[in-house]
Amino acid sequence: MQDVNAAPTTASMPARLLNRSIGKKLLMSLSGLVLLGYVVGHLIGNLQIFVGQNALNAYAVFLRSIGAWLWIIRAFLLGMLIIHVWFAVKLYFENRSARPIRYKRKVYQEATLSSRTMIWTGIGVFLFVVYHLLHFTFIVTNPQYSHLEDALGRHDVYSMVILGFQNYLISAVYLVSIAIVSYHLVHAAKSMFQTWGLNDTNFEKILRPATVIFAWLILLGYIAIPIAVLAGIVKLPEGVI
Amino acid sequence: MNLTLYVWRQKDAKDKGYMEKFDAKDISPDMSFLEMLDVVNEELESQGKDPIAFDSDCREGICGMCSLNINGVAHGPERATAACQLHMRHFKDGDTIYIEPWRARAFPVVKDLIVDRSAFDRIIEAGGYISVGTGGAPDANAIPISKDDAETAFDAAACIGCGACVAACKNASAMLFVAAKVSHLVNLPQGKVEAKRRVVNMVAQMDKEGFGNCTNYYECQAACPKEISVKFIAQMNREYLRSLRYKDK
Repeated sequence: MQDVNAAPTTASMPARLLNRSIGKKLLMSLSGLVLLGYVVGHLIGNLQIFVGQNALNAYAVFLRSIGAWLWIIRAFLLGMLIIHVWFAVKLYFENRSARPIRYKRKVYQEATLSSRTMIWTGIGVFLFVVYHLLHFTFIVTNPQYSHLEDALGRHDVYSMVILGFQNYLISAVYLVSIAIVSYHLVHAAKSMFQTWGLNDTNFEKILRPATVIFAWLILLGYIAIPIAVLAGIVKLPEGVI
Repeated sequence: MNLTLYVWRQKDAKDKGYMEKFDAKDISPDMSFLEMLDVVNEELESQGKDPIAFDSDCREGICGMCSLNINGVAHGPERATAACQLHMRHFKDGDTIYIEPWRARAFPVVKDLIVDRSAFDRIIEAGGYISVGTGGAPDANAIPISKDDAETAFDAAACIGCGACVAACKNASAMLFVAAKVSHLVNLPQGKVEAKRRVVNMVAQMDKEGFGNCTNYYECQAACPKEISVKFIAQMNREYLRSLRYKDK
């Protein structure tokens, strides 16, 4: 048992962030904001597949051309992911232990399903990130179509994506995963404003529908790619098997 | 009306506890929920059995003593209503009702449906006050306070400290209670002086007591008999953010 009678200590700033409930919330939302920003940026980059092979492959070359910066950005994102996952797991267990005896009957009145399943959708997102990196970044799961080159000798990302999504199973995994990511974002995007104290009763009325619309845009934007490939709208260029 | 009750029975803090079934017979729809329990208890006492222990005091919804989780909802199915103000007309003849105590590590069960809420008192001791020299009563309007500020502070001050927010929260978090106290004071000029120390120390004490963390479910405001808004949690978060670099002198 903790000594609840001891006088509260006015901890230092890092301790106020790392050890106090509101501090941990702030770190969760800050790291979450960075990751959310990445989800948006990544989508904008990916949508260039609709412009064509040249645009997407040139974009891939551009990303590689920034050299050290690419690795700094990747390390930063990885750090944010680690912070986000670490505190998510820590908070989950803390919150569980705050109610050792469960209710026999429990009815939720206002808590959304999205908010109550954050840890589970979060695990889903994490597994998807791992698979996605193995698939397209580290090229472990489907190496057969991932070392193609286009007419200009560039890494043919365009054909790699199309060949990947032509597989129904892979497309299905992506569709489900993107749905989980979007569902995670419904609560995440709204929750962030509350945690940063940027919320009040009037703003809340706009915020709720706004975050749902935002999550739908993310969902539709990402799933458009495998659907377009399966529907034959985005086609392989000539000469690629 | 006749009802079937399943009530949490627990002899003392160490007892494991169990749900016991009771039949509540000839209940008037005009009775309050607590009066219904009184009727059941009179029957139990007449049979020489141990009555169901539950907290109550004013029975008019202002003291914050009643603390029943009724059919899975803190203070029962009616919004903005403490259990003592919940009337049996909101139930139907033949209903089955589950009655449980507040469940939180920081609120240990004392007996049956009674929990120890002194954790809240210790949070108040940690900063839920203003330090002023006592003496003659100051002039009522010596410090001008705008209507808006007074109203906001009063909305927060409506908190009766019943603990329904903790009971309703999936994480047993006390954020709405602490936020109500912090906001009540920080919206008034008298409370601004110690604003930073207050929020830092009250949050520290809240964590020490073993409450869970807020994950913005908003179940607390749905359960609150005084309809305290989660906007006060946002305000407390803001106050906490401002106080990150605060140093006690």
